[in-house]
Amino acid sequence: MLASADAPYLFGSLKRVILDELHALVVSKRGDLLSLGLARLFRLAPKLTSIGLSATVAEPEELARFMVPQHGGATAQARADLIIAEGGAPPHVTMLDTRERLPWAGHSARHALDEIYRLIQAHRTTLVFVNTRSQAESIFQELWHLNDDNLAIALHHGSLDVAQRRKVETAMASGRLRAVVCTSSLDLGVDWGDVDLVINVGAPKGASRLLQRIGRANHRMDEPSKGVLVPANRFEVLECRAALDAIAENAQDTPPLRLGALDVLAQHVLGCACGEPFLGDELYAEVTTAAPYAGLTRADFDAVVDFVATGGYALKAYERFARIRQGKDGFWRISNPNVAQRYRLNIGTIVAADMLKVRLLRSRASKVIPRGGRLLGEVEEYFIETMVPGDTFVFAGEILKYEALVEDEVYVSRSTAEDPKVPAYEGGKFPLSTYLAARVRGIIAHPKAWRQLPAQVREWLEIQEWRSQLPGVGELLVETFPRGNKHYLICYPFEGRLAHQTLGMLLTRRLERARLRPMGFVANEYALAVWGLGDVAQRIARGDLALAELFNEDMLGDDLEAWLAESALMKRAFRNCAIIAGLIERRFPGEEKSRRQVTISTDLVYDVLRSHQPDHVLLRAARADAATGLLHVRRLADMLSRIRGRIVHKALDHVSPLAVPVMLEIGREMVYGEAADSLLAEAADELVKEAMQ
Amino acid sequence: MISLAGITLVADPVGALYWPDEKLLVVADLHLEKGSAFAARGVLLPPYDTATTLARLARLIERYAPRLVIALGDSFHDGDGPLRMAPGDRAALTALQRGRDWVWIAGNHDPDLPDDIGGRLADLLAFGPLTFRHEPSERRSDGEIAGHLHPVARVAQRGRAVSRRCFAGDGRRLVMPAFGAYAGGLNVRDRAIFGLFGTLAFTAHMLGASRLYAIAAERCLPD
Repeated sequence: MLASADAPYLFGSLKRVILDELHALVVSKRGDLLSLGLARLFRLAPKLTSIGLSATVAEPEELARFMVPQHGGATAQARADLIIAEGGAPPHVTMLDTRERLPWAGHSARHALDEIYRLIQAHRTTLVFVNTRSQAESIFQELWHLNDDNLAIALHHGSLDVAQRRKVETAMASGRLRAVVCTSSLDLGVDWGDVDLVINVGAPKGASRLLQRIGRANHRMDEPSKGVLVPANRFEVLECRAALDAIAENAQDTPPLRLGALDVLAQHVLGCACGEPFLGDELYAEVTTAAPYAGLTRADFDAVVDFVATGGYALKAYERFARIRQGKDGFWRISNPNVAQRYRLNIGTIVAADMLKVRLLRSRASKVIPRGGRLLGEVEEYFIETMVPGDTFVFAGEILKYEALVEDEVYVSRSTAEDPKVPAYEGGKFPLSTYLAARVRGIIAHPKAWRQLPAQVREWLEIQEWRSQLPGVGELLVETFPRGNKHYLICYPFEGRLAHQTLGMLLTRRLERARLRPMGFVANEYALAVWGLGDVAQRIARGDLALAELFNEDMLGDDLEAWLAESALMKRAFRNCAIIAGLIERRFPGEEKSRRQVTISTDLVYDVLRSHQPDHVLLRAARADAATGLLHVRRLADMLSRIRGRIVHKALDHVSPLAVPVMLEIGREMVYGEAADSLLAEAADELVKEAMQ
Repeated sequence: MISLAGITLVADPVGALYWPDEKLLVVADLHLEKGSAFAARGVLLPPYDTATTLARLARLIERYAPRLVIALGDSFHDGDGPLRMAPGDRAALTALQRGRDWVWIAGNHDPDLPDDIGGRLADLLAFGPLTFRHEPSERRSDGEIAGHLHPVARVAQRGRAVSRRCFAGDGRRLVMPAFGAYAGGLNVRDRAIFGLFGTLAFTAHMLGASRLYAIAAERCLPD
């Protein structure tokens, strides 16, 4: 509606905007778009006031900036008034002290399912939160295996079909369910009074996020919410402990505000032009009152306008095809009404991943796939792209066989297989928060804090101290050891899987140059393991390799650029930016096209644009997305600068206890099913014996 | 090397075919000016596709120094393509044509190219045992080299799927990959392609960075 010519009339007398769960909105591109819309509303409606609500936010001042117009660029500090409500009763949260053996790695929490089931039996209604869709699927299945009492246990996650989700929500609201296994799809908002227990399986990832989840139980101010944390492996025990300490201190760790994305700005600029003609100076002034764009330079703004008009190319080939044109009076106008029509069809295409519909195959008499069939939900396209027809996976609580992909629909049949090819664990969309990471480092470095840990975990850390050493709070511990006929280098930055993967990518390039013949690397949330044929320890001992140089911050310069250029990540980021910015349209008048049907591949466009105009505004937007969302470059940079001059090297003759979990991740993504599990188990026992003896 | 009707041809990993004995170079589906064709409809793709495709072609011509170049149809994305060509690109094309024969085979996108585009226009070209045409004929036809279908093959290895443009052939007929920077692709397991060979008894020669990889069509994955 903001993009219509009636907007001034429609919104001119608007008095109030209410923004609920604001902390969750501001961290994404949706938040960028929201901020631009707000900026417009504040201009259209002089009497407008805004109210923002949030129960879990680390920096309320930042949200207060987001809610009101900023004048004076990046340093502007206009803020909404802050009202802090009385806290309710503090939550009652504990960690499950399992009687089973704590796994060394993995995220299935299979060891604790019996105990989880007993907790469900003992409560009225339980929410079981997990971190990923695949975890939700597998835990749901396993719980049903144990469900001798036939308790009503349901499944809820973001990629199930909406109708199915609503059914679960209704059953829940009317008290017919004893438990729901769910993902972050239920993190926010849903107020189901009768939940009396929240179980969080796996790592909490962030203190605020955990609080939000626990708050789903007993949604009343005066009663404490009750939560139980179930760590799935030893490192997660540490993370759960850190989160419990943070909750006790009422510490919050929501991420800081983001810089507004240029592709979102492009969508907004076109929208403004579709509403009414605009002057560059005026729109720039308006846009920079939105907090995420307060620091936007005029040059970048002009580049975005140029992109909206003619594509923003150095080669001025498209003047005659311009979508918006500047008149003699200085106003920018759309060049024809079709532009507005197409804009409205494509607005709001802010999606993280391309999703494909999953349909149950009706019958298969011939080789032809009949279209239609019951809709089960949606899966990410990249997940299906790695599958071969005949592969089985768990979805919507069933084991399904992948049959075919027809346009944007995946056809599946029910499978009788007992061991599905469950999707590889994706590490969760939420990385370990910087704040919790620091606390975990603190726990490890201070044996006095170990008293609160389970005995198994204490013993693990004690043996680490004896066999190698414990990573100090401000240090980076690097261990090297030979194993089989390879040489391993393990480091413990505790910066989350994404930052570690980036580090691994860059370290292997450097090791390659040092002729150490690296062969691969694997990362988890806490550590990175690199292996190869060259003996790193020997080269360090001889003095012709310095770890300080290997971990030098300059890896984030040319090395990063060179790697990014050829990475598939960049292509995925570019595709999203191209769609949001309106370069590629998903829908055309009169027909709805899915991305698979779009007649030009954005990968091809990316290659051509990168070689001719590497500084194009969309490539810059894609790079920014990749660096923040997918690579965590900033976090890596902070870590590298923190540990400068404080790298501790331990040359060991075999694997250390702390290294076992990340070593167990090696090869995990390649093999599935029963055979893989027994292989892993074998490998695990062997490794543990080696490390702990 | 790809052998067809007894003739040995060099298949270049860029996606071109060279016949050494005749000093003959073949490229298919250049789709020049596809970017500007989209721009005319309001989708402002980067206007560098024609320059990219011609630069790729220039490197090939430099390497093989062919006596004859055959552009196997759909050389322009649409009939107005030649008119929209930037002067610099036009000059680059003329330079490539200088000193050699050049045949534009008519495609469905560009059935009537203007005469001033240089070289000769033809619907089909027979050369010894080989026949060059844009659309593959429906009947099985030995020694036929065609384009039009933009074949792409997809294989999975260690759980990762890889998709590449490819030549599709069974020793009797051959479908060439599209050469243009913005030309899309069609899976070889699509009926339009495997139907030509009757069975899956053909080979996809997938384009690698520096060589081709021959993969039996049976091992290729559908989309």
